Amino acid sequence: MNGIDRMAAVATTEFRLAFRNRWVLLATLAFTLFALALAFLGSGPSGALKVDALTLTAASLATLTVYLVPLMALLVSYDSIAGEIERGTLALVLATPLKRGELVLAKFCGHLAVLAMAIAVGYGIAGAVIAAVHGYTDAGLLAWGRLLATAVLLGAVFIGLGMTLSGLPRQTGTAAALAIGAWLVLVVLYDLALLGAVIVDQGGAFTKTIFPALVLANPGDAFRLYNLALIEATAPIAGLDGLAHTLPFPVSSALVVLVLWLFASLAAAWALTRRIRP
Amino acid sequence: MTDAAILTVEDLTIRFGAVTAIDGVSLSVMPGERVAVLGHNGAGKSTLFKTVLGFLKPAAGRLAIVGAAPGSNVARRAVSYLPEQVVFPKGLTGTEVLTYFARLKGVAPKAALPLLETVGIAAAANRAVGTYSKGMRQRLGLAQALIGAPRLLLLDEPTSGLDPVSRHEFYDVLEASARAGTSVLLSSHSLSEIENRIDRIAIMAKGQLRAEGSLAELSRQAGLPVQIRVEAAAGRVEAVQARLGGERVNGQSVVLTCRAEDKVGTLARLAALGPDIVDIGIALPDLDDVYRHYSGIPIEGAAQ
Repeated sequence: MNGIDRMAAVATTEFRLAFRNRWVLLATLAFTLFALALAFLGSGPSGALKVDALTLTAASLATLTVYLVPLMALLVSYDSIAGEIERGTLALVLATPLKRGELVLAKFCGHLAVLAMAIAVGYGIAGAVIAAVHGYTDAGLLAWGRLLATAVLLGAVFIGLGMTLSGLPRQTGTAAALAIGAWLVLVVLYDLALLGAVIVDQGGAFTKTIFPALVLANPGDAFRLYNLALIEATAPIAGLDGLAHTLPFPVSSALVVLVLWLFASLAAAWALTRRIRP
Repeated sequence: MTDAAILTVEDLTIRFGAVTAIDGVSLSVMPGERVAVLGHNGAGKSTLFKTVLGFLKPAAGRLAIVGAAPGSNVARRAVSYLPEQVVFPKGLTGTEVLTYFARLKGVAPKAALPLLETVGIAAAANRAVGTYSKGMRQRLGLAQALIGAPRLLLLDEPTSGLDPVSRHEFYDVLEASARAGTSVLLSSHSLSEIENRIDRIAIMAKGQLRAEGSLAELSRQAGLPVQIRVEAAAGRVEAVQARLGGERVNGQSVVLTCRAEDKVGTLARLAALGPDIVDIGIALPDLDDVYRHYSGIPIEGAAQ
């Protein structure tokens, strides 16, 4: 019981701080504006297609989310352990009965609550505006809801990664650099490297066997494949992502990948925090 | 060293790789006792505190807090900690910081909030910590440490950077806590600061305990010499030095060093010099000299 109250104290304090330093406001604005921009400025709902605007925007927003949500998740979490070491509060906090595992889990919950709220409000507002202007279908609402829920899961994975990276150095600056590096590698360079390999391979064994598994192993790609595969099952949009409907695995395996990443990152964050001498 | 001790340290050795940070230190703190660990930077004070908190594992020796292992639940509930420099989140108010730590310690926040009054920052309770002065932040840190009336307060250089008035009030709060039964183990650079504020002193240098006892005991045992500065009449300084020995410090003065019990005899010899002497000054060893004596720093100006 005490442990729960201790964790609640940590999580609510993280949540409160994110509000106070206007992080929540910034993130919510970013999510809302990007979603609306895709819906109204992009080529998505042109009216010529027989697919509703929500489904179309969900498909393009899935690609943008892969960049935006991990970045926001790393921004909210990179400071969580290294920052407390630097400010001297980690020694104070760990001198209380709070366990290190409790600290990691509670901070994760606090960060996730902040990010989930920003995503829900941002994408929620954008979805409501799109539905109000262009109308909606059940399939469109489902695609939008699926996008929102899996975006929170993707965010959870990157919060766990951010906390892991935060447990490595003793300085906030180094943790920030590691977080940016992780974003670049996982979100940008990984896909570029795979595409390069596919071009070199020219449809050989690599492209047919290893490539799909490697794509699925990346949390951002797993998120995008899951959303696009299910959208394409209901709406015939061609050429968004070739792999989404030729994937040699069941669609749900993408979710399994995300959950595995989440547990692995939390375990790593916990293991690193146990080693720290505050 | 009895079982009633709040903190028992026996032959504690801490190593970081090849470096021995603490080397065979034994120390105990009794209920309601205020003990100061003195030493310059790198003497091992902070390392000792971090071991008491359970953050570092001893290479050898034993350490117990109210009979429990450091870092155990019993020990964590008994100990409160305040480091020298702590920066609470700027966006939280004093009340929120105190509520946060009360919940971490399993104490009802309502029972903890009057501590803001105790340390004298109740007026700023609802202001953001970012607007606090250094002294106010340290007072908030002390309030945090006092939550739940801990058995042992562990304060690592708590008053460094505080102005003399804040420092005075800081020790007043510690005194009240000690009267209520809380033991205090604090570290400091300066012996003069803790005079009359502390029951017992342990002096550390290079990871070893060099001396332990009350201030009076330490001063007596140190047996530090008395310095007598003799100012000679114009042109007579050579003659004075020839008669008395001692050390010339400038064109006019000679400094004599003698043991405390020889002071009167030496003054009698000085009196015999008559008009060759213009003035006499006597410097008794002060508290910082006592500290330097035990920590192995040569005493300034002393003729060795």
